[in-house]
Amino acid sequence: MPRVGVIGAGHGVFGRRSDATVQELAFEAFRLAIEDAGIERDDIDASVIGAVPEYHKQRSVAGVVQEYLGLTPAPTWLTEVACASGSAAIRTAYMAISSGLHRVVAVIGCQKMTELSTPEILALMGRVGEVQWESVFGTTFPGYYAMFATRHMHEFGTTREQLFEVAIKNHHYGAKNPNALFRKEITMEKAMGSDPVASPLCVYDCCANADGAACLILAAEERAGELGDRVVWLDGVGCATSSMSVLRRPDLVGLPSARAAARTAYEMAGVSAGDVKVADVHDCFTIAEIMAYEDLGFCPKGEGGRFIEDKRSYIGGDVAVNVDGGLKAKGHPIGATGVSMAYEIVTQLRGEAEERQVPGADIGLTHNVGGIGQYTFVHVFRRG
Amino acid sequence: MFGWFGKVSFVPYSKVSDFAVHLKGGRLMGSECSDCGFATFPPRADCPECLSGRFTFRESSGRGSIYTYSRIAAAPTGFEDEVPYTVAVVDLEDGGRLLGWIGETIPEDEVEIGMEVQVVPRLFEEIEEIRVTYTIERPGTTWGKAPAFDEG
Repeated sequence: MPRVGVIGAGHGVFGRRSDATVQELAFEAFRLAIEDAGIERDDIDASVIGAVPEYHKQRSVAGVVQEYLGLTPAPTWLTEVACASGSAAIRTAYMAISSGLHRVVAVIGCQKMTELSTPEILALMGRVGEVQWESVFGTTFPGYYAMFATRHMHEFGTTREQLFEVAIKNHHYGAKNPNALFRKEITMEKAMGSDPVASPLCVYDCCANADGAACLILAAEERAGELGDRVVWLDGVGCATSSMSVLRRPDLVGLPSARAAARTAYEMAGVSAGDVKVADVHDCFTIAEIMAYEDLGFCPKGEGGRFIEDKRSYIGGDVAVNVDGGLKAKGHPIGATGVSMAYEIVTQLRGEAEERQVPGADIGLTHNVGGIGQYTFVHVFRRG
Repeated sequence: MFGWFGKVSFVPYSKVSDFAVHLKGGRLMGSECSDCGFATFPPRADCPECLSGRFTFRESSGRGSIYTYSRIAAAPTGFEDEVPYTVAVVDLEDGGRLLGWIGETIPEDEVEIGMEVQVVPRLFEEIEEIRVTYTIERPGTTWGKAPAFDEG
């Protein structure tokens, strides 16, 4: 199969963007990506939009983005798999290019999280789980991940402090990312004093909603090759699912979808976990990053708590994880997140990450989870 | 009838709607495939193993043990009056898993993984319309049962 390369990447500022519509956010990231790629807009022959429609007043968001970016009459389509919608957009762009149907595809992840009122958000939050047998008991996103944390702590001795160590690391690096929502360090003392959300998780275990957009330009091999050593190859695209109901899962100490997606992505790219120098993983809650270390094979199952405590996921450790601040500090505009993760890895592999650059980064990955692990995408990138 | 199930219902209809009628009568029902015998909780009408659409209800003892839990402090719409409440996942001894609320017989600080529990059918008595649920209680907790009905 011919390779697919990233030839351009752009990223807007994440935050409470009450100054901009979703298409205006998309435009910021798109313009930066076009400039970065050094191409004309007319070179783009399709776009894929990653977004979660229920957060937007505008229905069918792909159409309004396509028009605002001036990409009509090129084809566009929307991908939706909850918080992994952006990675699904990348995956379908990869499919469109590797099939030969399209040559240059713009992938735009974009999301307004703050358009809805608090009551509307609370109503949506009550339907994140399987609604027939689980949501009827008032389950919530943090509630589900809290149940993973309770079990993980019970089986493996993972500690309350180890969970907060994830947040402390991600804020440490988020402070160095100009696109991040929170650009300040936090302390263990402050984290330990934060209010409970769903035991054992507290406010400082949870990522924050944000508005934002990110964009990648993907191209077929011969076109991408023209970019020389600034190209970043997308060499492994793994994707898998776990059952919607957590009651039908084999265990609640990891995500079967993540383990399967990682296996596929590594095999496709011809690499192993130990080859990965930099990773962006889905830290919607601190426990999720600890499970990601394990599911991705950075450490054995059960040792994720020790992995962060020993700082093995810091720059200078085994693999630098979420050095853009992660969802925790950068913010989580759900449709944009998968593309934002890819932006960071592309920037790292080009050696352009400045203050947060991981030395010698040649292979990187993204791990983007939708829902409560119902969908996971693992993408492996390689420096050109 | 499935709209009876839960304080807030998102699903008014289902092929397993009679689950709620059984629950009102004090019976916790899983399902069993009429063709291959695959048994599961929560019940499902369509067999994931052999793809048969024929099933019967199969009563669960409701006895089991806690697999995991969380005490929820930030509630979604419809559950504001209940916070804080503890949700737990229970491994049922006769197969399947269930998610529900920890009931009044188990103090909050005594909830732990592995503890033996009894799932008990309940009516929301403070709500005028028919609303049924189940809570997770101490082993030995008793409740009333109506005679089994013919689903016909």
